[in-house]
Amino acid sequence: MSPATEGAPPLLQVRDLEVAFRVRGGEVLASRGVSLEVRAGETLGLVGESGSGKSVLCRAVLRLLPQPAAQVRVGQVLFDGADLLALPERRMRQVRGTDIAMVFQNPMTSLSPVWPIGDQLTEGLRVHRGLSRAAAREQGIALMRATGIPEPERRYDDHPWQWSGGMLQRAVIAMAMACKPRLLLADEPTTALDVTIQEQILALLADLQEASGMAMVLVSHDIGVVAETCDRIAVMYAGTVVETGPAAAVLGNPRHPYTLGLLRSSPGVDRAGRRLDPIPGQPPDLADPAPGCPFAERCALASAQCRENPVRLEDRAPGHASACLFPERMS
Amino acid sequence: MSVAAHAGHAPGGVQAELLRWSPSLRIGMALLALIVAAGVFAPWLTPYDPLRQDYGAALLPPGAAHWFGTDSLGRDIFTRALFAIRTDLVIGFWTTYLPMLVGVLLGAWAGLKRGLFDAVLMRVIDTALAFPFLVLIIVILAILGPGTQNIYIAVFLVGWTMYARLARAEMLVEAGKDYVLAARTLGYPAWRILLRHALPNIVNSSIVFSMSDFVLNILLVSGLSFLGLGVPPPVPEWGAMVAEGKDFMQQAWWISTLPGFMIVLTGVALALVGDGLTHRLGDRHVTGH
Amino acid sequence: MWVLRFVASRLLQAVPVLLGVTLVAFLAIHLVPGDPVRIMLQGRASDAAVAEIHARLGMDKPLLVQYARFVGNALTGDLGTSIIQRAPVAAIVWERLVPSVFLLAYATLLSVLMAVPLAVWAAARRQRLADHLIRLSGTVAFAMPSFWIGLILILGFGLTLKWFPIAGFGKGFGGHVHHLFLPALTIALFLAPLLIQSLRAAMLDAMTAEHVEVARAKGLSESRVLFKYVLRAAAIPVITILAVNIGWLISGSVVVESVFSVAGLGMLLVHAVSTRDYPVIQGLTVVFALLVLGVNLLADLAHALIDRRVRP
Repeated sequence: MSPATEGAPPLLQVRDLEVAFRVRGGEVLASRGVSLEVRAGETLGLVGESGSGKSVLCRAVLRLLPQPAAQVRVGQVLFDGADLLALPERRMRQVRGTDIAMVFQNPMTSLSPVWPIGDQLTEGLRVHRGLSRAAAREQGIALMRATGIPEPERRYDDHPWQWSGGMLQRAVIAMAMACKPRLLLADEPTTALDVTIQEQILALLADLQEASGMAMVLVSHDIGVVAETCDRIAVMYAGTVVETGPAAAVLGNPRHPYTLGLLRSSPGVDRAGRRLDPIPGQPPDLADPAPGCPFAERCALASAQCRENPVRLEDRAPGHASACLFPERMS
Repeated sequence: MSVAAHAGHAPGGVQAELLRWSPSLRIGMALLALIVAAGVFAPWLTPYDPLRQDYGAALLPPGAAHWFGTDSLGRDIFTRALFAIRTDLVIGFWTTYLPMLVGVLLGAWAGLKRGLFDAVLMRVIDTALAFPFLVLIIVILAILGPGTQNIYIAVFLVGWTMYARLARAEMLVEAGKDYVLAARTLGYPAWRILLRHALPNIVNSSIVFSMSDFVLNILLVSGLSFLGLGVPPPVPEWGAMVAEGKDFMQQAWWISTLPGFMIVLTGVALALVGDGLTHRLGDRHVTGH
Repeated sequence: MWVLRFVASRLLQAVPVLLGVTLVAFLAIHLVPGDPVRIMLQGRASDAAVAEIHARLGMDKPLLVQYARFVGNALTGDLGTSIIQRAPVAAIVWERLVPSVFLLAYATLLSVLMAVPLAVWAAARRQRLADHLIRLSGTVAFAMPSFWIGLILILGFGLTLKWFPIAGFGKGFGGHVHHLFLPALTIALFLAPLLIQSLRAAMLDAMTAEHVEVARAKGLSESRVLFKYVLRAAAIPVITILAVNIGWLISGSVVVESVFSVAGLGMLLVHAVSTRDYPVIQGLTVVFALLVLGVNLLADLAHALIDRRVRP
């Protein structure tokens, strides 16, 4: 977090976002009133179990949710002050790839098997910037070099199945960086990769971010991954943000029992010698949400109060908020 | 839809079951029931005899007395089209479901036991599928001679292969699943595993396929009759009726066109039922107990 | 170079099926109840003449020898002799091959031209009115017998409007295109629903692929995503569907050739069956199977051209 951007308005501001999926026999609230901010140049870590709504949030920002199955009910997604949800589709297309880019979980399926990698990598340059094939090729090769792909001239016309997963993820990242986005959404970019490769990809993302000054949302189910690279952290549970704040504060002084649970069940964070404690129970059924705190059923601190009314996100310290009635009971 | 789907899980009897039927299944079933009823009650639905010729009333256009008009021999086309339901639907039914019965059992057995039986069966199936369906049937009919009985034999000889291939492929998947392995470790005989445990799980795709196969078999039988290789005259049969009007297209369009509508109507009814069944059977899997 | 190796390996794999095919063709004459020669000659010939024909066809030899000779001759392109038409079967079949292949290719082209836009439209507007209408008309078209569609097209576009001829093959490429339009349309109307159904399903499948989402995230327009990513991925299943249905396509053409009096293989088959010309039936059995196998080989080749992964 660079001090220069401290007081400036956030680059991305999500307000009370509610997303419902229509399913057989009802609907599922995948996102119920999510609010968060990303400031220019910073890295926000978005953590939570699978199904907690992290991916839905990223797709909602880019308006890539499957239609008509998913509906964005209420809320705002302000990017640079403009509500993306209200943009006409044409304008939104220009935002995708140029202002906001996304890196997906599985590099093996992120590229079409039938087109050469270079062609897909530079497609954004040709579509958005109007570059010729030759000019795009030149830039594409530079991008491949910048993301650590060896011998880019020779590999430009390769097909995706000829590459390893780690190398493909570099290509996918290069593709996302092509039009110099101001915000990169990285949705579990290392989950499908080997542990050794994970480190390299995270380092690459950090380097690219530093060099370009873009903001990044790093989504992960692994709080260890987020702990290494992020300025701030938002913890999601059952479609809501339960805690958010500076990385050091959230990791060192968690103010929500779910965050504490995540930390205790993760081997990645620096807690050598301590026993791992899995969080008991299962995430709640999103098709039939309870009125109160969604974590109440799995929480050792929960009281009757927790189950009655929704628990709001409230500040515990400057910039550090949590949605818990008993934040001081965290040990 | 969503409310009905939920209500269906509660014990609600026939009414709840009907509510869960998709529109296409409901319309298809109603249409099919109507056609079957018309075939069964044909003698009471029309005052004419399907076979009696009346040269005084030849080539009459559709009207109050003859709804579909009359053919060149003065027979009432509506009457013949109704009686033809008995011919086409019955042949279509047996040429679909006898091969299905044999094909599913053979294919499932081959998929479960593998080995020589499977290898030989697959070669036979591959060979049969190397021919255009109709060509193979025409060749068999050329050997056996035309006629209704030989149609049954010819379609049977070719038709089972599709079901065998389908059931074998499903069985190969099913054979690797835990419940089949469990049954095997319990020492159940293969036929018991096949009939009681695996069959309920592999038969769905065959049932879904059988609905379009039924349509295709009706098209096939009427096509053969159209070519003069099928049901011999004067038995009322839709394809043969279309063929009879072929030379009168310009002066008496109704002879060919109206019996053809009956084929389309029957085919649409069966296809709608098939569509509905696909949705009902496609998503569900029966457990093998 | 991979093309040659590819074709060679496929041909090698087809050997057992080809043996089965020749066996079926061979048996087509030997399983006939009674003496096929007498049936062919319809009792008009003397015993001496029958014996002479038996000897000429080699039917006095043991079955295995006859089969070996049949396969050996077929390999050199000799499919036997038609006693009724007094001509080599290979020559008779060869003459009929061109109209049939022309008709099949024409019908395939028409059905692809019809199916691709409709399937794209249906997939893009899935579960909406256009989709439902396209699927419903597909169901109806699927249930329409081709001989009936053919007669209605003859009545409408041939006899009433007089836009197209209703019979024959015509002269020259233009003549063929003109004459075979109605027959090809008839077959296409039967093939297109199958294509639409599978192409729509393949496209919906391809649309949920992650690389399509990635393409959208790049800010590509919906039509670019559809044509460059979705349709290309869906092309492979469509080629497979076409190949799988080549048997149905040929089956349809047999009937349609008869309706429109196109002097092709199908009409020849129906004629041969009604005149009990067994050697021609035999020869056609082999040729039809070769057509099916050939088309499947072409489809595999096309698949390998689109998707380089399946190349050897």
